[in-house]
Amino acid sequence: MQKMIINRIVRIHILSRATGWRGLSSVSGPRVCVVGGGPAGFYTAQQLLKARQDALVDIYERLPVPFGLVRFGVAPDHPEVKNVINTFTQTAHHERCSFHGNVNVGRDVSVEELRQAYHAVVLSYGAEANRPIGIPGENLSGIFSAKDFVGWYNGIPANKELCPDLSCETAVILGQGNVALDVARILLSPLDTLKTTDITQHALKALAGSGVRRVLIIGRRGPLQIACTIKELRELVNLPNTRAEMLLSDFEGIKETLKDLPRPRKRLTDLLMKAVNGGEDKAEKSWSFRFSRSPVEVLAGADGKRAAGIRLALNKLEGSGENARAVPTDQLEDVDCGLIISSIGYKSILIDPAVPFDPRRSVVPNDMGRVQDTPGLYCSGWVKRGPTGVIATTMNDSFDTARVLLQDMETGELDLSIKKPGAQAISALLQTRGVRTVLFSDWEKINAEEERRGKPHGKPREKLLDVEEMLQIAWS
Amino acid sequence: MAASAAVRASVTFTQRLVRVSPDCSICPLHRLNLCTGSAGASVSAPSVSASGDCQKEETQEQVVHVVFVDRSGRRSPVKAKVGDNALYLAHKHGIDLEGACEASLACSTCHVYVKSEFCAKLPAPEEREDDMLDMAPMLQENSRLGCQIILTPELDGIELTLPRVTRNFYVDGHVPKPH
Repeated sequence: MQKMIINRIVRIHILSRATGWRGLSSVSGPRVCVVGGGPAGFYTAQQLLKARQDALVDIYERLPVPFGLVRFGVAPDHPEVKNVINTFTQTAHHERCSFHGNVNVGRDVSVEELRQAYHAVVLSYGAEANRPIGIPGENLSGIFSAKDFVGWYNGIPANKELCPDLSCETAVILGQGNVALDVARILLSPLDTLKTTDITQHALKALAGSGVRRVLIIGRRGPLQIACTIKELRELVNLPNTRAEMLLSDFEGIKETLKDLPRPRKRLTDLLMKAVNGGEDKAEKSWSFRFSRSPVEVLAGADGKRAAGIRLALNKLEGSGENARAVPTDQLEDVDCGLIISSIGYKSILIDPAVPFDPRRSVVPNDMGRVQDTPGLYCSGWVKRGPTGVIATTMNDSFDTARVLLQDMETGELDLSIKKPGAQAISALLQTRGVRTVLFSDWEKINAEEERRGKPHGKPREKLLDVEEMLQIAWS
Repeated sequence: MAASAAVRASVTFTQRLVRVSPDCSICPLHRLNLCTGSAGASVSAPSVSASGDCQKEETQEQVVHVVFVDRSGRRSPVKAKVGDNALYLAHKHGIDLEGACEASLACSTCHVYVKSEFCAKLPAPEEREDDMLDMAPMLQENSRLGCQIILTPELDGIELTLPRVTRNFYVDGHVPKPH
């Protein structure tokens, strides 16, 4: 049935071209579809458009708003990191690129249908789930994944009702990567710093009434394996009105290893050691790293429903350097706390059964971006490599995938002599299914409205939290 | 009338744009030949000429010769002015150097290798630049962020090489040897 519709659309399209309907000049060039409107999607599109003057690239995004984790993941107090949005906006404005928001690939249209309509499909849909801790008590109230907590203060529509209770004194964060440090910093930042960012208003209000004074950031391994980068650590160290509380014993023997460490690790460890007993002694708020500890159970309070503490197993380290392994001992330690945030990694999911998926690593199996056993299907970003790295990492990765795709076009692996209908066919399909897309110019109306709403608060924008409201403004 | 209103609007836009990306080639004023040069990146820009053309006067002392070496080894010699920013110079000449955070020391995408004899002629990186460099793949002794390199007369002849960061390297018809 779908094939019939596509054939009909192709015939109408060719007929329209013959009668001189003004379409895009490169009707015979490669048509590529990108699934996911975040950094991976945009960087892949950018490279393709630059390398081939005849390529048409369409970006499909589930939400009405583009930019993925640049919008929803980067911390509100890191606005410069979001400057990359200007690059992506330039790409979206390119005459051979079009953005289609409000399209759920896997539900509204299948990957197979996309593959029929395009010469190549690139999966760039990232990692939207989180790794479970896998311990008893994990589902008590008062525990959140960092993904949801960050989504809450960054305006992900699905997280707007999170309502975390911030009345406790001690918060525990599991994980020591940049996301963990972002969460700690947002919990401890002076309100004045946050007031002028694009943090959601409800999060700002909750933080204003927060009782959290102490944040423990817990990692399985030692100081030499900490996963955060130096910029984020430095921000924590320099946080006003806070002090660092670290255990000197955690740093035994570290000083001697410093000189042999590669530069990034050396500078990071140097800073960590300086932070031991650093900060203003009289500061009312504190943060600390606790090393070599793994969570084994979340302990409930008197009512049996809320988290009131966490039980940790002490680990010993086997091996050294980046590959050191944490081996649990039978020593346990209980920590009282009222808020637990698990920041142990995001996770990709399968969006369409026709796409190969590795359930162990939670990525799409691929060789250099070519999806295994599926010609014409590619992937870039976290869904390809796993959920680690900064925007620059994803950029390089996306450029890699684009190059591989271009190579396949040159060598004939991708048969460009077959005419493909591209967006016309998919738009027609979506229409029959009652799905209306959000164009980039529609997003720009949402953007303008968010900026307008932010002004009276002195914020760069007040993010819309409701998909229906986004759509209403987009199509107004 | 509509055109002049559009130009007025674009001036404001351009002045905002130029603060982050003084790339003349994409600026509507430059294309319409209406640039007053007021948004020029050069700190030594002479006064605006009456015709309103983009400031192109270069005296010998102001010219700084720069060679960009791209990932395939291709050399692109360009003429720059004292005060030019290496990242925006690259953009102006179509060199493939990304600047994701637009020169705000929040990324490492403009990472370049500086030809060794010029390393000491650059001011030492500030802590924030070093922090970002720590995240750059293939970091070397002569690594710097392009957005922090401001050209001076002592840097005449400088060569800036783009790091190869990818595993599969394919550009302009080159097919990587199978391994």
